[in-house]
Amino acid sequence: MTAETVGFCVVAVVLIASSLGVVLAPNLFHAVLFLAVALVATGGVFLLLDAAFLFGVQLLLYAGGVVTVLVFAIMLTERIVGQRLSQTNRHIVNGALVSAAVFVALAGFLVRRPGGAALPAVPGDATVAIGTALVGRYAGPFELLAVLLVAALLGALYLARTED
Amino acid sequence: MPITAYLVLGALVFAIGLFGVLTRRNAVGILLGIELMLNAVNINLAAFARLHGDVAGVVFALFTIAITVAEVGLGLAIVIVIFRVRRTIDADHLNLLRG
Repeated sequence: MTAETVGFCVVAVVLIASSLGVVLAPNLFHAVLFLAVALVATGGVFLLLDAAFLFGVQLLLYAGGVVTVLVFAIMLTERIVGQRLSQTNRHIVNGALVSAAVFVALAGFLVRRPGGAALPAVPGDATVAIGTALVGRYAGPFELLAVLLVAALLGALYLARTED
Repeated sequence: MPITAYLVLGALVFAIGLFGVLTRRNAVGILLGIELMLNAVNINLAAFARLHGDVAGVVFALFTIAITVAEVGLGLAIVIVIFRVRRTIDADHLNLLRG
């Protein structure tokens, strides 16, 4: 067992357990906290894949920003914290069947394709290459993304404003 | 680790997120499921970036993260508006658009 295998097993167990917590926790606030754990565990997967920059972005944007916004939304829309009705609807069996079918189809496709060899090591630090790609080859999409973010957040601000 | 391990992990998280989207009553809960599904896709992008030694996968994962942030902002704004109008965000009771 190499260090990468051990790390992958630990991160995978944490990620799967916290993901199940996200969808199964009866209290929505707990579900958001599980989501924070799942997002940090995904950051761990990025670290294993030698994408340290992605790990930083994941922690800053997702685990920091998105989780905070979600907590605010729950506090604004839940009338009684801690006590409420069942969080799952009547389609729980159907939902489980559909998601299991999707997983079996995807995994069945993945394990039949060749690719059992270990991933090749990445030479050097990829962050420099990412920065160069963002202002070089992908500069157009990057600027478009900035416009999209401003438009989406202005739209969100407009929607959520109070009338007075 | 072979890339298949990462891809199967991504598929599993995607399926769990799909289960959350399908079964949650609360609109915020549905958004949580969508977060998980988008997150699973990022694992695949990072894994293929590592496999091919190409930063394009990482760049696309960055784009996905930024778009997810925009999606969460807008989605939660819509949830707050719906709550203000209907006093509930139970997705089973949201039928304003029913013809």
